[in-house]
Amino acid sequence: MNTGANAAAPSSLRLILTLAIAGLISGIAIIGIYESTLPTITANKARELREAVFKVLPGVSQMQQFVWRGDQLIAAEDLQKDEEAVYGGYDENGEFVGYAIPGAGPGFQDTIGLLFGFTPEQQLVLGMEVLESRETPGLGDKIYKDADFVGSFSKLSIDPEIVAVKKGTTSQPNEIDAITGATISSKAVVRIINKTHSDWIQRLPPPGSEPPLRQDAGDGS
Amino acid sequence: MKKSDSYEEFIKGIWRDNPVFVQVLGMCPMLAVTNSAINAVAMGMATFFVLVGSSFLVSSFRNWIPKQVRISCFIIIIATFVTVADYTLLALVPKVHKELGAFIPLIVANCMILGRQEAFSSRYPVRLAVMDAIGMAGGFLLALFSLGAIREILGDGALFGIKLFGENFEPWVIMILPPGGFLTLGVILLFFNWFKFKKDEFLAEVAEAERGGG
Amino acid sequence: MDNLTWIFISALLVNNFVLTYFLGLCPFLGVSNSLETSARLGLATTFVMLVTAVCAWVLNTYVLIHAPYLRLICFIVVIASTVQFIEMLIRKLSPALFRAMGIFLPLITTNCAILGLAIFATNRGYGFVEGIVYALGAGIGFTLALVLLAGLREESELSDIPALIKGTAMNLIIAGILSMAFMGFAGLFSSA
Repeated sequence: MNTGANAAAPSSLRLILTLAIAGLISGIAIIGIYESTLPTITANKARELREAVFKVLPGVSQMQQFVWRGDQLIAAEDLQKDEEAVYGGYDENGEFVGYAIPGAGPGFQDTIGLLFGFTPEQQLVLGMEVLESRETPGLGDKIYKDADFVGSFSKLSIDPEIVAVKKGTTSQPNEIDAITGATISSKAVVRIINKTHSDWIQRLPPPGSEPPLRQDAGDGS
Repeated sequence: MKKSDSYEEFIKGIWRDNPVFVQVLGMCPMLAVTNSAINAVAMGMATFFVLVGSSFLVSSFRNWIPKQVRISCFIIIIATFVTVADYTLLALVPKVHKELGAFIPLIVANCMILGRQEAFSSRYPVRLAVMDAIGMAGGFLLALFSLGAIREILGDGALFGIKLFGENFEPWVIMILPPGGFLTLGVILLFFNWFKFKKDEFLAEVAEAERGGG
Repeated sequence: MDNLTWIFISALLVNNFVLTYFLGLCPFLGVSNSLETSARLGLATTFVMLVTAVCAWVLNTYVLIHAPYLRLICFIVVIASTVQFIEMLIRKLSPALFRAMGIFLPLITTNCAILGLAIFATNRGYGFVEGIVYALGAGIGFTLALVLLAGLREESELSDIPALIKGTAMNLIIAGILSMAFMGFAGLFSSA
């Protein structure tokens, strides 16, 4: 390049050329880093999801993604934008255990995203895991730090829906203790699960006729 | 002489012209992520990488880049480094990346980085530019760490997730919430102001004494 | 509908851009010494945010699904050039409007609140209408914070404050107290 010679008044061609070269080099660098980190990032995300699914569905060791597409639930590996998915969990023998259903809604501070395990046969919630939240540290964050609260979502009846009550006053199988000092956050969790449950319940096939695990789905590892 | 020059460039960023405490720059990504020491250090390292990398490039190509398009070129260079940092963090430490979230891309909008390119790297040779960048980024990292550490110790009773006090410590939760960021930085700036006041007073006294003696 | 209200109120009060995300602090602390300037800057920012939301939606829908890694560069370049273009347009069409907010437009383009808006809206997967409502909430919230601080600063000009505290340190502490006040809005929606 003939640098310096016409630095006083560079032609517009030179300006455009400089920007184009800068853009080209930057594009190559970005695509390079994207391609080289993509496998790790995809693997990390898949592992996180698998761990969460296995956590909310005890006894599950294999999973299959189901996508609500064209008004029916089909087994699919991919997920398009604006599509919703649930994850079917199967035990070692390939027997269906339950669904892991992701849900989200407003919490105390910001959106709470969570995943819960659900068995349609007995209408029970099997487990709950908060995936994202910005609840107040020390108070609202008990929705995932308080082992008692998280533990109470095990074998909890959701027929017709979960009800959060004052601590120590649970008497029905579908009632759960709200956290003292974090009533709003714990009620938000319950509301998100109830809403997601009622959204999905008509879409899921009748209990007993769950799709079997596809042979090629593998154990997801 | 040369040696003391680059040392001078390095040390001014750490203390005398500290980008955060003295120049009050680059606060947007800073306050939001200093709710724990580990987040603050991760953000500081990412900024360090971006600033030193782009200063090196800008300074190396300073004679090739025409004045008229320099800002656009700087921004392209900075944005490239930020994207690289973003994907690297996402691949290596997904947990930290989740905490920092949208604030990593926002390093682009950190006025300190563009400011250094315009004020320094585009005018000085590579060695000085890199020393300046290391100093500034080091000062930024130091500032982020002290804010993060103060907020985590007071707000959570811990440092890097290790509990420092016994069971009886009642955490000062407000410190890790947004208001704590404003308050902590405000108090630290107050301290720097006070330091400067004392120094000016001292210098004035010395000058007075000298005049009296002579 | 309910969802849109939540997005709006959340961006406006509960998760105010300035007071909980610390975005747009440079103008927040730099320009907020007079009520009138603050209000005009707020108006201009809200406007740029609306433009940004539209740009971000177009980019996300038509360009970035093929190349997600170009997100950052695309956002910066497209937003900056669109705002510059609109600035020229306003100068031609309405000199009065240009005088009211035109001088701020180039300044705002490099504001982290603008880029933050584009990135947050993308991360949350907002559609077109949601994006517009989010931008409106964020912009008005930004104006609100700016005007509140400017009002407090105008008052404090008249009072006797030690020279040591005056300046950025005091503004930050005022902002901290404002931020605490805004925490009271949390739970506005989930307690219903």
